[in-house]
Amino acid sequence: MDFLVSIWEWLHEYVQYTIYSGVKALAILLPLFIVVAYYTLAERKVIGYMQIRKGPNRVGPKGLFQPFADMFKLMFKEIIIPTNSNRYLFIIAPVITFAPAMAAWAVIPFNDTLVFSNINAGLLYILAMTSVGVYGVIIAGWASNSKYALLGAMRSAAQIVAYEIAMGFALVGVLMVGGSLNLGDIVNKQAGGIEHWFFIPLLPLFFVYLISGVAETNRAPFDVAEGESEIVAGFHVEYSGMTFAVFFLAEYANMILIAMLCALLFFGGWLSPVPGLIGDGTGWLFGKTAVFMLLFLWFRATFPRYRYDQIMRLGWKVLLPVTIFWLVVEGVAVYFKIGPWFD
Amino acid sequence: MPEIKNYTLNFGPQHPAAHGVLRLVLEMDGEVIERADPHIGLLHRATEKLAETKPYNQTIGYMDRLDYVSMMCNEHGYVLAIEKLLDIEIPERARYIRVMFDEITRILNHLMWIGTHALDVGAMTMFLYAFREREDLMDMYEAVSGARMHATYYRPGGVARDLPDAMPQYLESRWRSSKEAGRLNENRQGSLLDFAEDFVSRFPTYIDEYETLLTDNRIWKQRTVGIGVVSEERAYQLGFTGPMLRGSGVEWDLRKKQPYEVYDKIDFDIPVGTNGDCYDRYLVRVEEMRQSNSIIKQCIQWLRANPGIVISENHKVAPPRREQLKADMEGLIHHFKLFTEGYTLPEGEVYTSIEHPKGEFGVYLVSDGANKPYRLKIRAPGFAHLSSMNEMAQGHMLADVVAIIGTQDIVFGEIDR
Repeated sequence: MDFLVSIWEWLHEYVQYTIYSGVKALAILLPLFIVVAYYTLAERKVIGYMQIRKGPNRVGPKGLFQPFADMFKLMFKEIIIPTNSNRYLFIIAPVITFAPAMAAWAVIPFNDTLVFSNINAGLLYILAMTSVGVYGVIIAGWASNSKYALLGAMRSAAQIVAYEIAMGFALVGVLMVGGSLNLGDIVNKQAGGIEHWFFIPLLPLFFVYLISGVAETNRAPFDVAEGESEIVAGFHVEYSGMTFAVFFLAEYANMILIAMLCALLFFGGWLSPVPGLIGDGTGWLFGKTAVFMLLFLWFRATFPRYRYDQIMRLGWKVLLPVTIFWLVVEGVAVYFKIGPWFD
Repeated sequence: MPEIKNYTLNFGPQHPAAHGVLRLVLEMDGEVIERADPHIGLLHRATEKLAETKPYNQTIGYMDRLDYVSMMCNEHGYVLAIEKLLDIEIPERARYIRVMFDEITRILNHLMWIGTHALDVGAMTMFLYAFREREDLMDMYEAVSGARMHATYYRPGGVARDLPDAMPQYLESRWRSSKEAGRLNENRQGSLLDFAEDFVSRFPTYIDEYETLLTDNRIWKQRTVGIGVVSEERAYQLGFTGPMLRGSGVEWDLRKKQPYEVYDKIDFDIPVGTNGDCYDRYLVRVEEMRQSNSIIKQCIQWLRANPGIVISENHKVAPPRREQLKADMEGLIHHFKLFTEGYTLPEGEVYTSIEHPKGEFGVYLVSDGANKPYRLKIRAPGFAHLSSMNEMAQGHMLADVVAIIGTQDIVFGEIDR
């Protein structure tokens, strides 16, 4: 033991810091991968039962090892690169989608102190990271040199631009109440029980955020970018094996991120709804996140798919005016210091 | 600036929404369809030519495989043509059985349509809901004919055999506990009619279930209202039949306009749309399922009260009963002649049509007096509907093409034949 400690102390300060950060990052990302893996299983199971069937139940007890079977299958599949594609961009595109989806987790606080990087512009950082992801989608669609993929990329680009704005405005509402860009501060501002949570004064913004979140992650009913029955698989139609799996991972990591942000920004994060009765804790955050994650699946089993132009109309003509209107209302409320939220 | 050109998109034949093997060549301006050019023939199996080489009865099985989601209705059209040329009498009970199974088939077809249409538009749960009910209907097919899809149940002169007194049961197995099997067998204890009656009493609630998912769903409405509009006049000109024509507001149903079998004795309504868009056609078909359900109910009541023979006693056309075969020399000769040479039709030509779930299914038969047709021409309703693809899709977006394919209820078995 002493030997290890002496090696550690012998290392340069910067090296120490790098190793320390690497371990911290792994401590977030490894559980995230496992959650993503089991989220795919949960999706198939939940939608299965909603559709009066059982879902996967062959691999392991009750199908519990299915994600690993899927993972190994995808790993051993050949990565097919279309002849006329742009080879370099084709390979780099999934990475461009994947990296920001992981990087965004850096500023997510799991409780008062447990956060990888407690930066003051956390919310801005997340907005930036989720916006970068769309470049991977566009590049993938273009580099594949397939008409279906290109259509998917175009749809995705237009859609994400539209919903990014609505989402941004919804978050401006959170800033106005929270008074900070730091996610931890925003959560702590909601302390004092369920009546202090931001979803009450910001209900319209919460719905806008949730809808934009579903649209941002290209999930049903906004899954036009990969609309199975129209453009087959959209932007990733030419991808196979691990390149496809990386897109898949990024999508699910983003879904979990959006769900967790919902819990953090509008539902008090790790705070207990009745603080006198049960204490705060990370469990609350995970529980709330799970509820929103379930919503994603529920939507998918229930709704038909929007058409591309209808999505645009919803984003620009409905969600955006709603947010702007509510920001004005909120401004008035802040000015007059109304309720337990704006004082 | 370079000139912006339209591009061509090959939609299918390997495409999740191609309903089998449709190949659409789409000329697109961005997402907007400029021209849609359907290519057919990928499922061509030469049914009409095959029919010319076989005795009449051996072609019945090929009819099942035309529109493979409404099997018995195809048989019905073919069998009616033979009966019309032979000019023979059919027992009343056989007529009711045929009507009942025509309507079971109509529900089968419409369930398949609602499932795939909704799946194309993105609501995938509908598909599995629809298949839950199809399972029961296919069990009825199985009970009566031994086959779940390609029944070959209708025969010139009646139907192959009477309705069974017992339903096949689920057995306990490694995968199905005795409790599970018992639950599945609960409504299978009685005869086929009991099983059908049980289904008929449950089915309206299932339709309500589908409607809660779709009818008032805003997204479903946005995707179907005003899409693929066909005016009443154009519907006539394009040769539309069935729900496609009724969706455009034309009250035309062969079951009412030229009743065959016992449709004139049965009470039912014809739903008619007003706007001629995908949503109206959806409503028409859903209401047709309810009407079919009530027709089946009426048939069950009649069939319970009136036992009797189900196939003609004219043994020049219909085989004699098994007992006759053993004891009666003439019966044996009839049997031998029917199952080797078949029967001959008088010289002449005949056209019969029935209200198939998809529209007017017509059979044009030319006989030169031999034991097989000189020429058999099938009028498939889907062919006329598919021909209108360009007109219906023009100016719409790519996603609407999928909705239009769905609303046309296309099956390539009958279009390519």
